[in-house]
Amino acid sequence: MTAIASMDRRSFLVSAAAGGLSLGFGIPAGTAQVAGAVREINAWVVVHPDDRVVIRIARSEMGQGTLTGLAQLVAEELECDWSKVSTEFPTPGQNVARNRVWRNFSTGGSRGIRESHEYVRQGGAAARTMLVAAAAKRWNVPAGECTAANSVIRHAPSGRTLAYGAVAAEAAQLEAPAAVVLKDIKDWKIAGKGVKRLDTAEKLNGSLVYGLDLRLPNMLTATIRQCPVAGGKLKSFAGAKVAGMPGVRKVVAVDGNAVAVVADSYWQAHKAIEALPVDWDLGPGAKTSSATIDAMLKEGLTAENAFVGTRIGDAKTALAGAAKTVEAVYSYPYQNHAPMEPMNATALYTADRCEVWAPTQNGESALAAAAEAAELPVAKCDVHKMMLGGGFGRRGRSDYVRQAVLIAKQVPGVPVKLVWSREEDMMHCAFHPVTQCKLTGGFDAAGNLTGLHMRISGQSILASLAPQNMQNGMDPVVFQGLNAGGTEGQFGYDIPNLLVDHAMRNPHVLAGFWRGVNLNHNAIYVECFMDELARAAGIDPLEFRRRYLKPKHRAVLEAAAAGAGYGKAAPGVHHGLAQIMGFGSYVAACAEVSVTGGKLKIHRIVAATDPGVVVNPAQVERQVSGSFVYGLSAALHGECTVKDGVIEQTNFDTYPVLRMDEMPKVETILVPSGGFWGGVGEPTIGVAAPAVLNAIFAATGKRIRSLPVSKHDLRTV
Amino acid sequence: MAVLTINGKKYDAAVDPETPLLWVLRDALGLTGTKYGCGIAQCGACTVHIDGVPTRSCAVPLEAVGDGKITTIEGLAANGMLHKVQKAWLDNDVPQCGYCQSGMIMAAAALLAEKPNPTDDDIDAAMTNICRCGTYQQVRAAIHAAARA
Repeated sequence: MTAIASMDRRSFLVSAAAGGLSLGFGIPAGTAQVAGAVREINAWVVVHPDDRVVIRIARSEMGQGTLTGLAQLVAEELECDWSKVSTEFPTPGQNVARNRVWRNFSTGGSRGIRESHEYVRQGGAAARTMLVAAAAKRWNVPAGECTAANSVIRHAPSGRTLAYGAVAAEAAQLEAPAAVVLKDIKDWKIAGKGVKRLDTAEKLNGSLVYGLDLRLPNMLTATIRQCPVAGGKLKSFAGAKVAGMPGVRKVVAVDGNAVAVVADSYWQAHKAIEALPVDWDLGPGAKTSSATIDAMLKEGLTAENAFVGTRIGDAKTALAGAAKTVEAVYSYPYQNHAPMEPMNATALYTADRCEVWAPTQNGESALAAAAEAAELPVAKCDVHKMMLGGGFGRRGRSDYVRQAVLIAKQVPGVPVKLVWSREEDMMHCAFHPVTQCKLTGGFDAAGNLTGLHMRISGQSILASLAPQNMQNGMDPVVFQGLNAGGTEGQFGYDIPNLLVDHAMRNPHVLAGFWRGVNLNHNAIYVECFMDELARAAGIDPLEFRRRYLKPKHRAVLEAAAAGAGYGKAAPGVHHGLAQIMGFGSYVAACAEVSVTGGKLKIHRIVAATDPGVVVNPAQVERQVSGSFVYGLSAALHGECTVKDGVIEQTNFDTYPVLRMDEMPKVETILVPSGGFWGGVGEPTIGVAAPAVLNAIFAATGKRIRSLPVSKHDLRTV
Repeated sequence: MAVLTINGKKYDAAVDPETPLLWVLRDALGLTGTKYGCGIAQCGACTVHIDGVPTRSCAVPLEAVGDGKITTIEGLAANGMLHKVQKAWLDNDVPQCGYCQSGMIMAAAALLAEKPNPTDDDIDAAMTNICRCGTYQQVRAAIHAAARA
């Protein structure tokens, strides 16, 4: 993976040395010259004379495998030799300069493939069409007589062949075809297959340069301390007290709410900021604690006013007239993303240009943040996207990019790498929102579930991060997986009277997009409560769900149950089920647990996913098993608490996460039903917790309605 | 000035002797394959070998290294040949984001050096590194594969 630099619309020279690379990325000397006058075929495809194919990837790679999946889709239509494929990231600045030819760079919401599969395949198909046309032109034969496969164009009537590399320069001169026809999915040879990732080798020997590893000539390193209470301000700091410490170059205020030390090395900056006296105006948030937040949300559970997200029939009347009602209150705490690579960005600012190197899930918003902080036009700024040491939604925000530029502005002409300590990272996240949910279900005299009311009370992510996307004050994202219909995440059960509403209660702690987003708690609320309703009705939880589930939801649940041998667990082992739809995919899980003497063991989770179309089954399998690690980390251990306005968990000792010894065996079942494209990075996180919680109930008769599980006298190791 | 032996080569490190080995490697010597994750020996991203012992370099001050021979991820492959753990990682397509994998691989290499055929319990006990992407299932499979290699 390399970054690419200057490019004009049609006469683009792929000079691997351009831009950031010339500044010392560790690209071997000589690489730059090799490329020579290689032309891009189109924005997505570069073919070198030696047949190497470079596929451009607009979305960020943070471990989820999108880079490989997108390359497979382009390569499929390009009909190229997969063994000759590598990838590169265009910069957001190039995207702006070329009228957003690569479209959206944003990488979140499991959207990387499902929202770009069509245009990237069209890019590959257009490039193939141009390569074939160039060969046909050279042979002076109709293009329709030529075929392409494995990077070779063949003219069957004459038996002649030409490799892609041989005609690439001519193909680059041709007009793009007005329209292309995409291959039928059943004819796929590269896409749809579990090919290995393209980005593994350099992750095995330490050579991959993550944002935190970037080294530029004369670079300085900064570290930051932000006001411990969100919304608070920097009053003053005694920079002179640390100015004489080894390596310290400068102590600077950042954005009115933080202070940074710029030094020769990280450790020097770290020692100095630890010693730096700082006076904060903590602001009104300092009066907040977990208890006050809990009370605030509790009030919302019965509040008069709430935003209605889903209304089918008349749930309140149905419940009032029900022969039997069941009620329960659930809650979900704050969680930290805690990607393994702490926040960081490097900026080089001069009066007329600002360059940023950053691991970001959203290159374009990082560019906008850089330009705003630099007070320069976007055209005078650019962001070089680095590989991410985990993202999980955290790196969709550009707070750390803005800070890096604000610091670099105070040391113009010198690249400054801003490195957050893990402690800063833990305390200054936009956290998984905190919510509670009161659920009321009603049965008629015949035992049919006739009404359900879900009142969600709690925090809105959009109110924290993107208020411009709210709809008349409502945050529609709150209702993930609970929508009346649609392709993103519909509520899975046909219940004649359903009401889902949201009393928005926003504490001062920022809420953000955390892998799985609102599906995480919504799935717990719905799926644990369905278990409660099944038990109240005296019906097996699988059978109970089957009565009400829509067909695709039912199909994945049945696949997971069958895969796990639901109902046939060994003595002492218990099953729990969950299903949900989110990010365009249908998912379900069956967890297998035992509880012995207060010790919980999760033996196995069988998960079924219907994402419509599978681009790389091996990578989907890894996303599913990884999603359970993320979901179970939160469910078993994760909770960020607030005292005097400050997040109390500062590192992995106080915010424990799942490790190898707690990892259940995960079996992934893929049941793509075709006709739609769903995401796979996130949906199964939603079913991790409820499947396990329902299995714990099956094992113990104890219903856990608040997380983490570790608070409920259950050990896992 | 401290003289360190890293991956069979001598390095001079003119830094404060209290500096953690992690930052000596990364900032002073440019060996950035060893990662910063937590700074308190919790996550294992900074794992290196000192005289063959897997060690969390964020918690070892330079002055404590003495003449211990250090191996980092950059030095695990010998003579251009991948270590069997790296090979198993490649064959099993283990890494996702990859950030924790330097430490994972170093911990696994040390485990296999001590226990050539580790059981799952051995793996659970030795592999306490944190991976937020959740590669544990592939890590376990790759360690067993490396043991068979």
